[in-house]
Amino acid sequence: MENRLVVSASPHIAHKDSVKKIMFGVVISLLPAAVGGVYFFGAKAAWVIVLAILSAVITEALIEKLTKKPITIADGSAIVTGILLAFNVPPEVPWWIPVIGSAFAIAIGKVPFGGLGYNPMNPALLGRAFLLASWPSHMTIFKTAPKDGSLSGINLAAIKSYGLDAITSATPLNVFKTQRGILFEWHDVLKSGMENPALQAKADLANNAISQLSDSYANLFWGRVGGCVGETSVFLLLIGALYLIYKRYIGLRIPLTYIGTVAVLTWLFAGTEGLFSGDPLFHVLSGGLILGAFFMATDMVTSPVTPKGRIWFGVGCGVITVIIRLVGGYPEGVSYSILLMNLTVPLLDRYTKPKTFGKVEQK
Amino acid sequence: MRLKKLTFKGGVHPPEYKELAEDKAIEVMPAPEFVVIPIQQHIGAPAEPVVAVGDEVKIGDVICQAKGFVSVPSHATVSGTVKAIEPRPHPVGGNVLSIIIENDGKDEWSPDVAFDEKYAELDADEMKKRILNAGLAGMGGATFPSHVKLSPPADKPIDTFILNGAECEPYLTADHRMMLEKTRDILEGVKIIMKILNCKNGYIAIENNKPDAVRAMRQAVKEMKMDVEVVSLPVKYPQGAEKQLIKAITNRNVPAGGLPMDVGCLVHNVGTAKAIYDAVSSKKPLIERVVTVTGQGIKEPKNVLVRIGTPFEKVIEFCGGVTENTIKIVNGGPMMGIAQFSMEVPVIKGTSGILALTDKETGMRDPDPCIRCARCVDVCPMNLLPNEMARQIEYNNFDEAHQLGVLDCIECGSCSFICPSRIRHVHLFKYAKMEVTKKLKARA
Repeated sequence: MENRLVVSASPHIAHKDSVKKIMFGVVISLLPAAVGGVYFFGAKAAWVIVLAILSAVITEALIEKLTKKPITIADGSAIVTGILLAFNVPPEVPWWIPVIGSAFAIAIGKVPFGGLGYNPMNPALLGRAFLLASWPSHMTIFKTAPKDGSLSGINLAAIKSYGLDAITSATPLNVFKTQRGILFEWHDVLKSGMENPALQAKADLANNAISQLSDSYANLFWGRVGGCVGETSVFLLLIGALYLIYKRYIGLRIPLTYIGTVAVLTWLFAGTEGLFSGDPLFHVLSGGLILGAFFMATDMVTSPVTPKGRIWFGVGCGVITVIIRLVGGYPEGVSYSILLMNLTVPLLDRYTKPKTFGKVEQK
Repeated sequence: MRLKKLTFKGGVHPPEYKELAEDKAIEVMPAPEFVVIPIQQHIGAPAEPVVAVGDEVKIGDVICQAKGFVSVPSHATVSGTVKAIEPRPHPVGGNVLSIIIENDGKDEWSPDVAFDEKYAELDADEMKKRILNAGLAGMGGATFPSHVKLSPPADKPIDTFILNGAECEPYLTADHRMMLEKTRDILEGVKIIMKILNCKNGYIAIENNKPDAVRAMRQAVKEMKMDVEVVSLPVKYPQGAEKQLIKAITNRNVPAGGLPMDVGCLVHNVGTAKAIYDAVSSKKPLIERVVTVTGQGIKEPKNVLVRIGTPFEKVIEFCGGVTENTIKIVNGGPMMGIAQFSMEVPVIKGTSGILALTDKETGMRDPDPCIRCARCVDVCPMNLLPNEMARQIEYNNFDEAHQLGVLDCIECGSCSFICPSRIRHVHLFKYAKMEVTKKLKARA
């Protein structure tokens, strides 16, 4: 009996959760959006997801095999990376895009830093950034209209009646960005007092388009818009997010401050008629914000551990996203904002260290 | 009515497993054939043996004397002959000089022990002397000498006394049973403590998973016409940790590195209060205590009144023995108790429980890398960053760990409990505390 006794430091009981359970919990939470992606964009979306997962898992196993390290693919984190990468590429990319993206995510973004727990940036987002920089044409052109919807999210009937054919081949944020540009150009022309009938016609169209975007909330919410494989359906993403919150795998600080910041800043600055003329709801529902705020900014490894740090992290993500959306070169800024904020995590943690209980009175 | 929520920051809700023993009335275990009484069963200086091998002793005779102010004596807990004075395995670790007494089976008491009807009229100093002479040390597990706690310096008056009946450690039910069965003795102890301290506010803190104890206490307080409040606290571990309990009840923050008396508070465990009553009213020394013997590995979980010095194996035998799949024997509760390498170790003054845990219950496995989920940060009742401290300690950065506040850690185990990667924070923190203290001493 006595030589079977285990001696270790307290505590002698433990909570049932494990890293594996958490990772597979995240996988489950992503399933509704994955199924939605396949429903809206067809079988090619399924292929993108499958290839991205396989590539992530095989890359991790292969590197660990070659470097004679323990194989860690069973922890499920590579699967999560694969799914998230797939969610962030357009559905009609060639087959090698998700393969290279996932391989890069794991081989450059994760393993060299020491594997799970040590990577400074979200591997899936790093993989996407790599793809976007290397093959921008594949990553920014959307051709597949979702089932029962249009690429821009604008209702098909409205497109016809307003003569908006020209803008049906872009996602809502693309439409927003280009049309807003036209309107600003038009405002400048008006100010200068010159006349430009051609531009005026374009500006009328742009005004129409933007007001139509604002009427497309339902399409944005359900996912009847163009976009990347897993980012379009707010509804399905929220189902997964609720599951994560229920399981306490994510907190609310990052998603709420992130989304809140985007809403406030777009309300303030995204309009074309001065301050407070923007449409915050459109900006919250479109693009990859919901996916980013609930599933990628909340990535445990690459977000702050302190309560205050998480709030600043969310605010920072929101600010950068809005800057990119409104004045940057890309229509969408969620991925880059999270990647940039990932790099501030050690600093945020350091400067938001909570006060030790009882340290308040001590001088 | 209190409007403020009675609670503290952080904490966890481990499975309670109180049902194993909470309905078992306290059973008296017959005195064993021999007892092993270590000279150190308390925080402070070890006591000095005052008996020699071959001496005859009666129950309650002093066998080792306190050495210095922060120290307590110990007494014979059986009548018989001193057989040996030698180092023996100790439940808190290592080998400690112990006095081994063979029981002659006569159960003869020292003549000094007798009920004093006029004990309530004694002055505070005499009461404290009786408490010291009885060898009392905190029975919740920390074993700090009781008379020291009751002697705050003049510039730190105590206005609030809290009786700690939280018993927040899972599995343990000894305090619960005491509150049900020895309600009045405990409250007499509270009266004595409040008289010694001359303090106005008295609270009896009980977690609301023991509604019967709350009821019994409220009833007795009413009948005894005492001016103390019985407070039912929402269950959360580590509610019974002094600083957290004071925060929950009075909303006062004990300064980091400070003591409850710095905010005018004093906390005593229910077992200690009962022992204080025995000591002051009858000069009865601490020769026995209630121990919860439980865990899935114990065949018949019980609450047992055991003589101090009884070897664990005898107590476990009294409770039907252990099952085959038992892998851990613990002195104390599952969150802060100490795992034993031998069942020879004796029950000491701070042994609140003896746990036999099975492989399933402990859920032991190798640690995974930290995924920075921050659950440890969320649950830390001291508001530390356990993940960061653990990381620094793994790289031997003790200065950084010190900076991060490792010395403020109360070792409650909430971080390790909640960790999905099973990182052994408490192990690392205990190690770091030793290293940091060593460094500080070297610098001084």
